[in-house]
Amino acid sequence: MFYDILVYGFIQSAALILMAFGFSLVYGVSRLPNFAHGAIYVFTGFIAWALFNTVGLPYWLSVLLSILASGGIGVLIYYVILRRVRGMEVSEVIATYAIGLVFLEGLRYAGFRGGTYTLPVASDGVSFIFDVPVDHQRVLLMILGFAMVALIWLLTKYTRMGRALKGMAQDERAAMMLGIDSDATAAVAVALGSMLAGVAALIIFPLGSLVVEEGYKVLIYAIAVCVVGGLGSWAGTVIAAFVLGYSQYMTVAYGKPHFQMVVMLLAIIATLIVRPSGFFGKQKQLEERV
Amino acid sequence: MTTETTQKRRERIDRGIKVRSESLYALNSFEEIAYLLTPRVLLIAAFVLMPLILSPWPYWGRVGLSVCILALLSISFDFLANYVGLVSLGGAFFYGVGGYMAAVLNTELGLPPVLSIPVATLLGAGFCTLALLPCLPLRGIYFAIVTLMYPLLMTRIIEAFDILGGTEGFRGIDGFSGFFTEQYGLILAMFIALFGLRRFVNMDGGLVIRAVKDNDQSVRASGISVTRTKAKAVFLASLTGCFAGAYYIHMYSNVGISSFALDLSIMPIAATIIGGAGTLVGPVLGAAILVPLSEFLRDFGSLRIVVYALVLTGFVVFRSEGLMNYMTRKYQQVERWVKI
Amino acid sequence: MSTHHTKEPILEIRSLSKHFGGVKAVDDVSLTVNRGDVVGIIGPNGSGKTTLINCITGFLKPTKGTVSFHGKDITGKKPHKIADMGINRTFQIMRPYFSMPAYKNLVIPLSSPRAKRVGGWRGGGKHGDRDTVAVDILEELGFERDSRVPYKMAGTLPTGYLKRLELGRCLALRPELIICDEVFSGLSASEISSLVPLIEKLNGQGITMIMIEHRLAELFRVANRVMALSYGEKVTEGEPDEVINHPKVREAYLGSEEDF
Ligand SMILES: Nc1ncnc2c1ncn2[C@@H]1O[C@H](COP(=O)(O)OP(=O)(O)OP(=O)(O)O)[C@@H](O)[C@H]1O
Ligand SMILES: [Mg+2]
Repeated sequence: MFYDILVYGFIQSAALILMAFGFSLVYGVSRLPNFAHGAIYVFTGFIAWALFNTVGLPYWLSVLLSILASGGIGVLIYYVILRRVRGMEVSEVIATYAIGLVFLEGLRYAGFRGGTYTLPVASDGVSFIFDVPVDHQRVLLMILGFAMVALIWLLTKYTRMGRALKGMAQDERAAMMLGIDSDATAAVAVALGSMLAGVAALIIFPLGSLVVEEGYKVLIYAIAVCVVGGLGSWAGTVIAAFVLGYSQYMTVAYGKPHFQMVVMLLAIIATLIVRPSGFFGKQKQLEERV
Repeated sequence: MTTETTQKRRERIDRGIKVRSESLYALNSFEEIAYLLTPRVLLIAAFVLMPLILSPWPYWGRVGLSVCILALLSISFDFLANYVGLVSLGGAFFYGVGGYMAAVLNTELGLPPVLSIPVATLLGAGFCTLALLPCLPLRGIYFAIVTLMYPLLMTRIIEAFDILGGTEGFRGIDGFSGFFTEQYGLILAMFIALFGLRRFVNMDGGLVIRAVKDNDQSVRASGISVTRTKAKAVFLASLTGCFAGAYYIHMYSNVGISSFALDLSIMPIAATIIGGAGTLVGPVLGAAILVPLSEFLRDFGSLRIVVYALVLTGFVVFRSEGLMNYMTRKYQQVERWVKI
Repeated sequence: MSTHHTKEPILEIRSLSKHFGGVKAVDDVSLTVNRGDVVGIIGPNGSGKTTLINCITGFLKPTKGTVSFHGKDITGKKPHKIADMGINRTFQIMRPYFSMPAYKNLVIPLSSPRAKRVGGWRGGGKHGDRDTVAVDILEELGFERDSRVPYKMAGTLPTGYLKRLELGRCLALRPELIICDEVFSGLSASEISSLVPLIEKLNGQGITMIMIEHRLAELFRVANRVMALSYGEKVTEGEPDEVINHPKVREAYLGSEEDF
């Protein structure tokens, strides 16, 4: 039982990292709340499904193309919507949320619901971790979850674009003075964030079925992880994912699955009330200059 | 409008009649009185005549009332967002709390609608204000996120603990005694909310609330508690929202977790932005456009939400001023092109 | 210079410090202000004057030290509580309500609990017509009623008027202690010379003042005591003449800026 919790809580946490990291990246770099995050997540799954089943492409190609498509959607969302309302936080939230609704409810209208749409798993086998059986898709999830974080970390450390992203995250105005194009960087950030959502979808969806509701769920999970960790703090995101992942798994193990969402919602509300800057980020406590 | 040689810009000048009629004492002709009153009379007449016209078709009568319900929710959103500076994405919270409160009062305690609606409105507003009290120091996106979560939390709690009728909700709630009672009760309430709030925001108390939006530090320096001021404003907004919920469940005799549904939070925002933010009348106009539109789209299921969301995005992205602001400008100003 | 010499302490600051991370914006500053005083605080840019004011008025929580008003500890109280007790301040960066006419800016403080309790400016604001009282205050401050300046939108007013609007907010609250954060800077010489008598008049009515100023000449006309800050620390305190001749003040303050 103990190892069960240890392993499956870990898996749940890795899944949360996958779901939330894209959202956190976008907010961290360009202070843009991408409320279309969940919609992009579902939409990527749908594109992969359509490419594989309707068009008949090989699975690996469908996956690749759908991830690229999610990046494209991110760029579009940035240039068509976010760029025009940048700086007006509330408009950013409302506009991205509304465009997310367009995607999700559009898919629902297109008849994309129920348990009939599934993506294939990468491999059918089962491995044992601490004698706990774990199917290969979940093993992949754990590995990719951390590979993703490592990749982004390396990117910000060793590539020019990555350093630009990091510069923007730390001080937008200074970065702009150093000649970093704020628009292009933000577009790249939104694209990267969307692709991360896409990757998450393609790893997580094979474990269940493709449904529109997942989009809303993923958005809330992502927000929960980011808020508890401190909006915009990447290290905070990872730590918060573990805290929330384990507490979620515990509520499922000892309570009703309904409580999973209650935990997340309460975590968001409680964090915002007690410490709006989050619990794990090393964000400086901003004292407003009077 | 620009040619290569001359540049022109649009110049806007207040109509003389507007300038003269701005202060009430300057009215000196029927023409000026009419100028001031016409828009108001048109609005009131439209809603007063609505039940009379729609009485042969009870279904459309209900649609007319849905306009008023959405108008109330939108007024509540507009007031909070544009007069207090608190953008709430959780209008459904007020609505649902009011609805459930009225349902409990009616089915469990047996209060008739004349009592259950006002009591639910008051108690519900108290509950909402208390619930939101700890969130009041939050600003911008943080307040938006936290309010988005409240209605979701309510649904999940009702489901998870299976309280308040669980996923089933309450049925068999008393309805109204007749078509015209139902119609005029709600229309009257909408006018009270609309004109009451419009008057309030220009009184000294309302001015303090607007000051919080303008510059909260100055309000603190004036010895006024910002949190308390915001709490008062939230109470007013939740009164409006809870009333809408309480009235609605008596109209349809049932309530369920769909009272906390997302579209009840999104629709008021859409109505406000389309109708004209910051005017309080704009939201009513927006509701009068959106509700009939959604009736025509009823057969298309979730396509409705797609349409609203697209319209909403368009209005937000292109920073539209909304219908009401546009019409006010046309009504009160003349425009002409001048060379520069 | 004030003629009040009753040595009744009204505000006492004891070893107050405020640190922002590593920056010691205010470091171990003590000061006693007596009733009827006009105390000037001077110091170069960034020496912690505004931070000190923010700590007194509750807009910042001090890292160490205490502030007491009439012998009552007010350290770390909420800003509106402190304002309600009669310590009223102006902001260096003016904070008017831009979307309202100038006189409506003063209706806000006139509707505050303090104004309702003690009566605002000349007892106005308790009830009834706050608009008229507001316009009266503005006229007193030099807003020309005839040219309808009090009715103009605050957002369209030039700096000079906004500075006076800040002062107006304090007056509307019928303050016991006014703390001015650089009200003179940004004003023309003639505007200042019209304000100086007003300040003398207010002081004559028994209102205690703390004035942060860079304009030393004007400050010394009204102040009876001066404290000099440098890098958050108190350099010296005393009569204006003593302070200005203090070697450290000359070095820290005047050495770099000749144009007084
Ligand atoms: N909120 C804050 N966070 C971090 N540092 C701050 C903050 N407020 C002030 N400081 C720093 O504290 C020091 C004192 O600033 P303060 O504004 O009190 O100076 P001042 O004497 O009022 O200057 P001026 O004459 O320019 O108004 C400065 O170094 C400033 O950078
Ligand atoms: Mg200063």
